[in-house]
Parts: sequence; structure tokens; C-alpha cells
Amino acid sequence: MDDVTARRADSARRAVVAVWRIEAAKIVAVLTRYTGDFALAEDLAQEALAEALEQWPERGLPRNGAAWLTQVGKRRAVDHWRRQERYADRIAALGHDLEREQDAAADAVPWDPDEIADDVLRLVFTACHPALPQQARVALTLRVVGGLETAEIARAFLVPVATIQQRIVRAKQALADAGVPFETPSRAERPARIAAVLGVLYLIFTEGHAATEGDDWMRPDLALEALRLARILAALQPDEPEVHGLLALLELTAARFPARVDAQGAPVLLADQDRRRWDRGAIRRGRAALRRAEGFGRGLGAYGLQAAIAECHAVAPSVEATDWRRIVAAYEGLERLRPSPVVALNRAVALSMADGPDAGPAAALAIVDGLAGERALAASHLLPSVRGELLARLGRDAEAAGAFALAAERTRNARERAVLLARAASPRR
Amino acid sequence: MQYMLIMRDSDEAIEASKDIPFEQIIEAMGKYNEAMMQAGVLIAGEGLTDASEGFVVDFSHETPLITDGPYGETKELFNGFWILEVASREEAAEWASRCPLGPGSKLEVRRVHGVEDFPADNEWIEKEIGWREEQAERRAAQQG
Repeated sequence: MDDVTARRADSARRAVVAVWRIEAAKIVAVLTRYTGDFALAEDLAQEALAEALEQWPERGLPRNGAAWLTQVGKRRAVDHWRRQERYADRIAALGHDLEREQDAAADAVPWDPDEIADDVLRLVFTACHPALPQQARVALTLRVVGGLETAEIARAFLVPVATIQQRIVRAKQALADAGVPFETPSRAERPARIAAVLGVLYLIFTEGHAATEGDDWMRPDLALEALRLARILAALQPDEPEVHGLLALLELTAARFPARVDAQGAPVLLADQDRRRWDRGAIRRGRAALRRAEGFGRGLGAYGLQAAIAECHAVAPSVEATDWRRIVAAYEGLERLRPSPVVALNRAVALSMADGPDAGPAAALAIVDGLAGERALAASHLLPSVRGELLARLGRDAEAAGAFALAAERTRNARERAVLLARAASPRR
Repeated sequence: MQYMLIMRDSDEAIEASKDIPFEQIIEAMGKYNEAMMQAGVLIAGEGLTDASEGFVVDFSHETPLITDGPYGETKELFNGFWILEVASREEAAEWASRCPLGPGSKLEVRRVHGVEDFPADNEWIEKEIGWREEQAERRAAQQG
């Protein structure tokens, strides 16, 4: 293949992928409604995508890609049932409908515009169902709601493609085994189910912005994908304050991405970031989402409170000029909602900044030392790295160096380790 | 990556739109905006009022010269914009081609600057670009 042909083929492929990214959730949702079987619908949708990838680059893009893909999916459903020799009467009826639909309008929207948003929401709840392990929820959500290809998901999580494929196959089987209906949860179940969805989006985001293993400090594509999914959810579930709280948190955190790595790709801590590089547009959107979350007047949830903390940083011209009192208060709220040693540790850091150069670090160190026995922090680099910082500020250099060295030993992120080792060598920076 | 969709209307397009009921235009645009919001790609967007309310500030002279709109010699007028956050140029093109506009209207689609676009003679930026390429290569290596 010569260069021009190759480039054209590549561009056509990307055009298919672009349409898929926009339409995947709706197509899977509509095929689930059509077949009454989520696992089958997902297979059919993937078959339709494969067919598009084969045909569109050669024949050109159809006028209405969504209709084309949905039609192929439906035809494959009929083929599937025919092979199974089941539902004979249903097949005849469906086949007839299908022909009529095709004749009627290739340009028509291939779903009921009044129902599609609810169907996509059902899809979100299905992909994030508690019957599934967390990793499976993440993979399934990225594929069916985000419209990502398996290879893309695998690349984002640095695992082999086969691993993601397996997770998705098992997830679909688990949903079928559990007889999970294609429904939005009942009123009683709702809070827990919404929390599960938010948890999946948060996990995708954090996986993107702080890789737990390996050399990549940031994998921004995944974080942006989580942001997109959060925006989708905010459009589908505008009445849930925490959805806006999560969206606010993600926007305000992503706003700092441009300043989070230095020229060598090493992480830059909040205190040292060039705040002029923060994304003002993202800050504006994040603050708007936070105001919306607060506007319900029911108090902020755990994501909303974290967003409020991120907002304090986002609007502050410098570390010193940050409203640390408000941050301490938000962490106190967070501790009441979700008591955890990690939150206590963060509150200690905020307190160290709020209470003056000597009293602050001393009070914080007392909290931090009180957490020494916490099992949740026993293997983490967080406790010793915070301890190192506080000791350094109190002028106890030798102890600080020891704490930083311990933290460096514990982190699994190569770039973070380099930062901690540098502090161990020179605790006061 | 972010793209700006800039709506450019010719006089004939503006004239022609006067024959279409306002409600109909609002509804079509509303649906378009809603679709982009529900897809999580719409970052910002505004429509602009009639050019007669606007003016042009021209910097060709010693002191900036202000001319009231509409601006006689201009063939096309900017009438609004959207900013989308998408994964590819093709995705921006797909959204742009779905815009409910008619003959005489154009969408100019431009990519919004990211960190990667700052002047390359800046040492900091150069290093950052090098680092990003390194990451991309590593990813490619992991893939294949």
C-alpha cells in the first residue's frame, strides 16, 4: 500500500471509530431493548462495528452511521435466532419489521428519541452492577458506555488485550447468571447503585491521573474519558447532587494536569506547580458543577467535599494564600461521612498549613503519629512522606530524611520514587 | 483535544433563515446542543446577536479605529461557536457535519491550543514534547 492510500485508510478507520464513540452506548442500549439480552446485544454491536470497519473505509461513510450500525446489529440478531432455531414466529415478524424499517428511512433516527436517554442510563447501571467485580465494571463501562475498543482499554490499563476480553466475557456471563434486568434501580436501591456508578467513573479517572504502577505518572486519555462519562451521567441524571459533585471534582483535578509534570516528566507537587498553567476553562466548569451540587441544599457528599477542597486550591494564587481553614473543615466533613486514615492524614496536612509555621506542623505531626498503627497505611508511602514533610518543616532533618527514604522504598511509581529520594537527600528542599 | 466550531453565515443564509419559523430553528439547535451535552463533549458554546449590535476595532492605524456593524465588505459573519472536547479530528468532523445548518452557512473547525502547542524554542516545552513522544513510543512498544 502506498502512503496516500494508507493514510486514507487510516483516516477512514478513525472516522468509523469516531462515529462508534458517539453512538456505541445508544446502539448497545437499543439492541438490548430489541433482543432483551444485554450480553447478546453487546456481541451484536461489536459485530456491527467490525463490519463497519471493514466496509466503510472501502465504500465510504453512510449518511447515517447510527442507523447503519443498528440495522446490521438487528440483522445479526435475526441470524442468531435463526441459527438457534428458536422463536420461529418472532423471527418472521422481526424480519418483516426490519425490511419495512430499512425501506422507510435510512436517514431516520434509529431509536425513539424520548426513550434513548433512559435506555443509556439503564446501560450505565448494568455495566456498573454490584454483581460484577470492580475491574469488570470498569472494562465494561469503557466499552459499552464509552465506546472504547478492547485494545484501547488494554493499553490504558497496561494489560494484554486478552485480559480485557476475558473480563468482558466473564462480566456478561455474570450478569446473565445473576439474571440482572435491563432496568434503572428501584428507589430503595438507587443511592447505592448511583454510588457504584460514581465509584467506577472515579476509578477510571484516578487510574488515568496517577498510575499506581509503572513509569507513567499520568495517562491523561483515561482521565479525559472519565470526565466525558461524568458529563454524560450529569446530563442523564441531573437530579443527583453527587453526580455534579463528582463532575466538579474531576474537572477541578484535571485543571491541574498541565502543571503536574516537569520537563523531565517527573511529578510536580501542588505546592511547586506553576499555577498559570492550570486550565482556567476546566476550573470554571468545575466550579459551575460544584455550585450545582451545592444548590440542592442537602449538603455535599464525599465527592462534592473533595471538589470543594480542589476548588480552594484552584482559586488560590499561591499555597500561602490558600484558604486552608476551609480545607480543614471540608476534610472534617469528609471524615464524618467516610472515616478513613487517609482522610485523617490529609486533614493533618491541611491543618499544618492552617495553623502557622510552627504550631501547624506540630499539631499535624501529632495526628500523623497517631495514625502509625493504622493497617490501611502500613504499606503505603503516604504516611512516611507526609511525616517527612512535617519533620522537615520543624527542622528535624535527620528524622525527615529517614521518613522520606522509607516512603521512597514503599512507592511503586518510579517517578514518585525519584522525587522522594531527592527529598531524602535534601529534606528541606 | 479541543476543537472550536465557528459558525459563519453569508448574507443569503441569514436572509433564507428569516423564512424559517424561529421556533423551528431553536428546536433544531436545541436538539443538536442536547445531543452534544448528552455525549459529554460540549465544553462551551454561545450564539451571537445580530451584527448590527456589534462593531469592529481595526488596529491598522495609529489609534484603533472603531467601525459599527454590519461591516459592509464582509462576506461572512461569525454567528456563534461551540468548543468540543473529543478524541480525534474525525470526531470533531462528525459532530460538525451534524449541525443543523443550511446552504450559505459554513462551520470553520479549528483546534484549540493545548500545552503541546506552546513555542518550541522554549526549553521547558521542548523537553515536555520529548517526554510525550517517549511515552507514545513506550505505549506503542507495549502494544505490539
